[in-house]
Amino acid sequence: MSNKPHDTFPRLLASHVKLRPNHTAMREKDLGIWQSWTWSQVSKEVQTLAGGLASLGLKRGEKLAIIGDNRPRLYWGMTAAQTLGAIPVPLYQDSVADEMAYILDNADAKIALVEDQEQVDKLLEIRDRCPQIEHIIFDDPRGLRHYDQPFLHNFEDIQRQGQEYNQQHGDYLNNEMAQSDGDEIAIMLYTSGTTGQPKGVVLTNDNVIITAHNGIVREGLTADEDVLAYLPMAWVGDNLFSYAQSLVAGFCVSCPENGSTVTNDLREIGPTYYFAPPRVYENILTQVMIRMEDAGKLKRSMFHYFMEHARKNGVKILNGEKVSVTDSLLYKLGSFLVYGPLKDALGLGRIKLAYTAGEAIGPEIFEFYRSLGINIKQLYGQTECMVFLCVQPDGEVFADTVGTPAIDVEIKIDDNGEILYRSPGVFHSYYKNPESTASTKTADGWVLTGDAGFFDEQNGHLKIIDRAKDVGKLNNGTMFAPKYIENKLKFYSFIKEAVLFGNERDHSCAFINIDIEAVGNWAERRNLAYSGYIDLAAQSEVYGLIKECVNKVNKDLSKDSRLGGSQIHRFIILHKELDADDGELTRTRKVKRNFVGDRYKVLIDALYSNLDECHVKTQVTFEDGRTGLLEADVKISNAEVYSIDNLTAASEV
Amino acid sequence: MDMNERKIGDVILALDNISLSFGAMKVLDDISFDVRQGEIRSIIGPNGAGKSSMLNVINGFYHPQEGSITFRGEKRKEMDVHKAAASGIARTFQNIALFKGMSTLDNIMTGRNLKMKCNIFQQGWYWGKAQKEEIEHRQKVEEIIDFLEIQNIRKTPVGRLPYGFQKRVELGRALAAEPDILLLDEPMAGMNVEEKEDMSRFILDINDEFGTTIILIEHDMGVVMDLSDRVVVLDYGLQLADGPPDEVRSNQTVIDAYLGVSH
Repeated sequence: MSNKPHDTFPRLLASHVKLRPNHTAMREKDLGIWQSWTWSQVSKEVQTLAGGLASLGLKRGEKLAIIGDNRPRLYWGMTAAQTLGAIPVPLYQDSVADEMAYILDNADAKIALVEDQEQVDKLLEIRDRCPQIEHIIFDDPRGLRHYDQPFLHNFEDIQRQGQEYNQQHGDYLNNEMAQSDGDEIAIMLYTSGTTGQPKGVVLTNDNVIITAHNGIVREGLTADEDVLAYLPMAWVGDNLFSYAQSLVAGFCVSCPENGSTVTNDLREIGPTYYFAPPRVYENILTQVMIRMEDAGKLKRSMFHYFMEHARKNGVKILNGEKVSVTDSLLYKLGSFLVYGPLKDALGLGRIKLAYTAGEAIGPEIFEFYRSLGINIKQLYGQTECMVFLCVQPDGEVFADTVGTPAIDVEIKIDDNGEILYRSPGVFHSYYKNPESTASTKTADGWVLTGDAGFFDEQNGHLKIIDRAKDVGKLNNGTMFAPKYIENKLKFYSFIKEAVLFGNERDHSCAFINIDIEAVGNWAERRNLAYSGYIDLAAQSEVYGLIKECVNKVNKDLSKDSRLGGSQIHRFIILHKELDADDGELTRTRKVKRNFVGDRYKVLIDALYSNLDECHVKTQVTFEDGRTGLLEADVKISNAEVYSIDNLTAASEV
Repeated sequence: MDMNERKIGDVILALDNISLSFGAMKVLDDISFDVRQGEIRSIIGPNGAGKSSMLNVINGFYHPQEGSITFRGEKRKEMDVHKAAASGIARTFQNIALFKGMSTLDNIMTGRNLKMKCNIFQQGWYWGKAQKEEIEHRQKVEEIIDFLEIQNIRKTPVGRLPYGFQKRVELGRALAAEPDILLLDEPMAGMNVEEKEDMSRFILDINDEFGTTIILIEHDMGVVMDLSDRVVVLDYGLQLADGPPDEVRSNQTVIDAYLGVSH
């Protein structure tokens, strides 16, 4: 690869057509078969689509909304828009119509390219609120036969129209392509909005392409990587890993058959480069453990024997450290009998590089994958800088850090502990929101992350504690870092979600969501009957199980003089799973703490009283937008609180 | 969905004065109704009303003692199961009747059986004609899998699937025969609200996309009234009413017999 990549996506595409025209650029599983497109085929598809968009009147600077699962045609829509100098705006495909209306309106989307009837229906529902949308193009015509709105178009018709347009307008596309440069806007990505309305992050070609290129250089990625595009297209990570880096490095991106086949498709593709949020790795591990419990005795004991060996030696071997000849041989045998087949079954057999980010990952989960020889590393980043801020270097991977600054990234910590950075990826602005832009980006180009953290003195890695604004104080003066403690809770496989309260209060209390799969399995083994989440969550045996976890976290906290005072005094197991449809989680599944706090105020009041039970009524929203009422009696449990380890406390003071 | 655009054609199946008895028990007594090309026709009635027997008459499993069946203008006293299947009538069952040990894919493939033209020797040799044919059938089956959104269970043995999915696979197998008339015997029994919504959507989509005529037995009144073009009501082998959902709903005899008399 040349040192400096081309400065726009259409030029990158053209360069691959020259360099590797017959190399596979994209795959999609359709009707049970992996269909594939070479770089030159992709280029043709993009050109005709760009022509079609031009014929519908899409011009430089105008916005193309893109809504749907990861589909090749939707990715082509991005490049097609960029060919015209227009700006793609991907939206989360599982958003309800209301959420979409805000973004479409805020972004001034002129044309929407959507996947199927489901998305078309949503757009028709909100059409009177988004009058600026002139056309809707759909990929999958199923169920849309009787829709006769003149502004609705089949993707294939638009491509045909584009072909004619391109013939009639000769060099139009080339001229448009020639006018674009690195400073031009490449894409707008809406942040998920943990607080307030989502904001459109405007990123230039240079922001995206240079950052993608730097990532490729640091990790030594090549045109031979294989990537599975399965995370939402609206998320910056997918745009980086499945779009930008593919176009910079020239590697192939595969789109799964649909959302429910990802595990199968992963196995068939066997990606070499993979990203997953911690919860995916957690789920896979939970699945493996459950299935091993059900396996025959021989298999089970073999699994446990070799996993124990991997735990002791695998990470060392992966880091290139020395181990004894016997251990090394035994590890090889384990690879043949257990690790290899297991990785293969999970679709992780060919992984060269796996990333995780977004949330903290449990140390034992991290270690499980690394001991199998899977090079999983943590990174730290934001939409505002096109992901890469910090990455763990090979051989320096720890569960509790996010690594060292990426290429060309400068990081500093201000007096409040907040992390600031400067990098080539620093975003242009928030769309139509100069106040937020000004309050996030300083005059000399530093961006405030809103995260609190510090550099580890021993290894120079960055450690993240929490969101800077979430770090508060208990009435006893202890620092209150809710996420830090929530993560400790969530490292137990029985706990799926935790929400901590305690800022400006006397002590900490917690809401817990149990993991229905893990706890359900645990209950089955004990012959505990349950009818569903609500029933299981209310059982006293389950309370006992969760209490043990909370106690262990408290014990752990008591060893830390800074945080020992924030041990959890009381907790409840929530009667329902926190859900993005009810507004309790963001679309990227992060808890909206304040919203949850307001919504379940009754429960919080009960936690800070002497009651041991509380009646609660909750309105729930189903995926189709209907609502229902859920009522339950929620039990409240006390946890053990340990005395703070005075030795460390004394040494700190 | 815009219903006005759907094309409901001429009568494709007419049942005239059908009576069926098992010994002294009269299961169907002088039943007459017709089914038009492309419509969704429901048969309702309390347990033991004779609904399933009616379906069994239509697909030729039971032979009525009296009455005639006119299918595509051809009059006959009784159908024959194989002829019925070959002439484009497929069905699903009240109690799921799948091959539990076989995968979803293979189960649906069995629905293509009547469409397979190769003889046993060609199939044994495989290469050539049989291979080409198998690829065509697989293509068709994959289209059904895609249509019913069951890609994720393609290779799963159906015995391991949840009930709602098994019902969907059974529907897939019936669809594989590319039927003109699809008989659905309580496709939504035992399903929760969400599963019923899915199944309703599939039934409407099948009717819409493929123009398949559908004869439906179902207990859920909401579903029947929403989906059907016309409804025939049976009670203890007698025909109580026949007409569009609104008319049937307001028919006093039907209200008394089926929905219960209010006291």
